[in-house]
Amino acid sequence: MRDPGEAEAPRGPAPGTAPPPVLALRKAGKSFGAVRALREVSLELFAGEAHALAGENGAGKSTLVKTLSGVHRPDEGEVLLDGAPVEFGGPAAAQEAGVAVIYQEPTLFPDLSVAENIFMGRQPRARFGRIDRRAMHAEATELFTGLGVAIDPGRPARGLSIADQQLVEIAKALSRRARVLIMDEPTAALSGNEVARLFNVVKTLREQGCAVLFISHRLDEIFELCQRVTILRDGAWVAGEPISALTPDDLVRRMVGRDLDTLYPKQDTLPGEVALTVGRLTREGVFTDVSFEVRRGEIVALAGLVGAGRSEVARAIFGVDRWDAGTVEVGGRRLPPGSPTAAMAAGLALVPEDRRQQGLVMDLSIERNIGLTGLKSVRRGPVISRAAERDRARDWAARLQLKFTRLGDAVNVLSGGNQQKVVLAKWLATDPAVLIVDEPTRGIDIGTKAEVHRLLSELAGRGIAILMISSDLPEVLGMADRVLVMHEGRLAAEIPRERATEESVMSAATGRDGAAA
Amino acid sequence: MAHDLMTTPGTGSAPKGGAAGRSPLGRFVRWDVLVTALLIAVFLAGAAGSPDFANAGNLSFALGDLGEIALIALAMTLLVVAAEVDLSVASVLGLSSAMIGALWDAGWAIETIIPLVVVVGAVCGLVNGLLVTRLGLPSLAVTIGTLALYRGLAYVVLGDKAVAEFPQRYTDLVTGDVPGTPIPYPVALFVLLAIITGVVLHATGAGRALFAIGSQEEAAFFAGIRVKRIKLVLFVVSGTMAAFAGVVYTLRYGSARADNGFGVELAVIAAVLLGGVDFDGGKGTLGGVIAGVLLIGLLRNLLMLNDVATEIQSIVTGLLLIVSVLTPRLAAVVRQRRRSPAPHTPLSSEAESNR
Ligand SMILES: Nc1ncnc2c1ncn2[C@@H]1O[C@H](COP(=O)(O)OP(=O)(O)OP(=O)(O)O)[C@@H](O)[C@H]1O
Ligand SMILES: [Mg+2]
Repeated sequence: MRDPGEAEAPRGPAPGTAPPPVLALRKAGKSFGAVRALREVSLELFAGEAHALAGENGAGKSTLVKTLSGVHRPDEGEVLLDGAPVEFGGPAAAQEAGVAVIYQEPTLFPDLSVAENIFMGRQPRARFGRIDRRAMHAEATELFTGLGVAIDPGRPARGLSIADQQLVEIAKALSRRARVLIMDEPTAALSGNEVARLFNVVKTLREQGCAVLFISHRLDEIFELCQRVTILRDGAWVAGEPISALTPDDLVRRMVGRDLDTLYPKQDTLPGEVALTVGRLTREGVFTDVSFEVRRGEIVALAGLVGAGRSEVARAIFGVDRWDAGTVEVGGRRLPPGSPTAAMAAGLALVPEDRRQQGLVMDLSIERNIGLTGLKSVRRGPVISRAAERDRARDWAARLQLKFTRLGDAVNVLSGGNQQKVVLAKWLATDPAVLIVDEPTRGIDIGTKAEVHRLLSELAGRGIAILMISSDLPEVLGMADRVLVMHEGRLAAEIPRERATEESVMSAATGRDGAAA
Repeated sequence: MAHDLMTTPGTGSAPKGGAAGRSPLGRFVRWDVLVTALLIAVFLAGAAGSPDFANAGNLSFALGDLGEIALIALAMTLLVVAAEVDLSVASVLGLSSAMIGALWDAGWAIETIIPLVVVVGAVCGLVNGLLVTRLGLPSLAVTIGTLALYRGLAYVVLGDKAVAEFPQRYTDLVTGDVPGTPIPYPVALFVLLAIITGVVLHATGAGRALFAIGSQEEAAFFAGIRVKRIKLVLFVVSGTMAAFAGVVYTLRYGSARADNGFGVELAVIAAVLLGGVDFDGGKGTLGGVIAGVLLIGLLRNLLMLNDVATEIQSIVTGLLLIVSVLTPRLAAVVRQRRRSPAPHTPLSSEAESNR
């Protein structure tokens, strides 16, 4: 293997001099039991440069991040700060050294306010050492304005959507004014607008000399933001090179180890009879008068900005939230409000947005998680058949190409993308008539994404009605037969596939007129 | 766990071994196996130390003496696995006993009294369950309240009288043995109910649902599990079982009093936790609980044979409770230290669980 450092030309703000990388990893290895998550991986972050880290699910990206930030101690190799070996005793030490990290999954304190979460441990002080709430709120508001979002700094973190939680994490990291900003899939739950705003902020930081490490499974984002990319495969370093030398296909080939056929394998299907009818559905203060139908064999996308009420509509349809007015019919049968059990019995399935809270029981095994939706289908008499339970889980794990050691392992040791596959498996195994997927490819790598798309397309081909919520606009355009756009809790437009473009969807989503109708 | 991080539920709880998940500790020793080994050790020590211990008469007595605790522990196991608890069980037992006394005094037939008090127990459980599921109150607080309430009702019903003259025909039902064996009737009944509980917990959909509810209620709800209804049923079962235990208790001692079974809830919970059920829910096995119940029973019997004062017995129960909660947690801390030598700030341990 080529030494990644070897080919490096001297770099840095002042040409001629070669300042050492601000933060670097040299020949680092990290194992979890039998799993070698990282082996001999090297990486250098320079001031003023945005560096991408790419790789499939489970390639070791998050492990690398945690090794850089002092959460994990490398088994082999070392971390270098300004060219000198350093041992961070823990994340606090890394923070003190100027390394700010946005971890893949938000870790907010639910009972504290948003502002308190942002300034945890370093609250601005007023006289007598009291926490200066007003300054804290003002600063938080300023951060959010920079990101172009309206989150009330005074509200508790509990109940924030995944996207909002992610935005709070971003604000937290930005507020540290760090020398190194590490972001592990910060955009996974964000839609185009928030991403654009985030990139503006990050570009400014970079120009001010901040070193950035950026992870994303959306390749266009990598090409837009970064100058260099390091690619991992199965924990090993594969490549480290300037972005400008790569095409997206090159990048995919290095990540996956083979060429990828189409990312959006949408089959054309003739829509059948109506499977899901939503009539004037209203939940006060959340969404109003939402009406639409989804036919068998159709993929309907629900697009919109973060906070437009898309997930809330999905939750109400499935019955985990109640609705105040309106009707939901599945296959002509009216659903009672507020009963997921009844919705399931009618053939509805919901792959929720927040897999760690709602999609999975993190402490239970892969097998038990997949089994949770099929407790009735694997019985012999009143007793569960272990063999049937196991076969069902193994079958679906194989169909989704889940990467795991044992079916009996708790899902919380899986990488993010593989966790998402378990959620999908759990619901596909119920053989639903209507499948609602909320951000089905959030945090999923490009190979698997193509796989999930193929699966959705195939399911639609078999006559399942699919309602897909996605913040990934290319995914919406690539997969949907029809696009419903929500804006501030109302349906703003319905755009058929032929007329769906980035512009038409975005202008409806931001409430500009003219695109719709 | 008010300040647990929202995306990492249960990271504060230490894993105990159990069928519900392969815990890191469980890879080396399963907690319930450990307790069973301890049980055998205590048994052998007891047999060596006291000639009165290891004979059929005493063991049969010891088992009988354990009847109420064992019966209530079955229902309690289901509750604790679902991350709830019922502290009012001993008071329901007392209320049941007091009602038996009062109604018997009033000339009712035992055949009517027994079903009636069992129904009252079910209602007591229903009240607990409604307060927890409809109003969303924590079961610890609710059942501390009803612990006082139901015991108070018991005194209202019977005052501080004792009603004692039950015909032998009835008391024989609980003190007698199954013909041809040294097994008391309540023990035989316990075995039957334990088998049913074990099957429900470990081999049915309802059992799977309980583990899911206990470890992550929201995800269970999103999977279409009727969380509230299941919890309500559990509280009703717990109340019913406690009232039934009250019948057994009253007839076994031949004495109905309002203060019967005072403090039994602690012994029950000690047995359940000692058996390896995680107080935070989601982990545990019924086998472990049975071992826990027997261990507590043997210890109590040994202490009694050696004329140890009841105060000391209470101290032992308390210590066992603390030890059984503490040990797995200490083991988890030690294990984490060994795995990564870095000092663990809250953030680091959270972030580590956050892959
Ligand atoms: N604490 C842990 N214990 C056991 N295995 C782990 C642990 N953390 C990570 N792993 C394993 O290490 C490998 C790398 O995981 P990592 O989370 O770094 O992947 P990733 O590249 O971030 O993937 P994703 O894109 O899905 O987020 C995976 O196989 C994962 O299961
Ligand atoms: Mg990751």
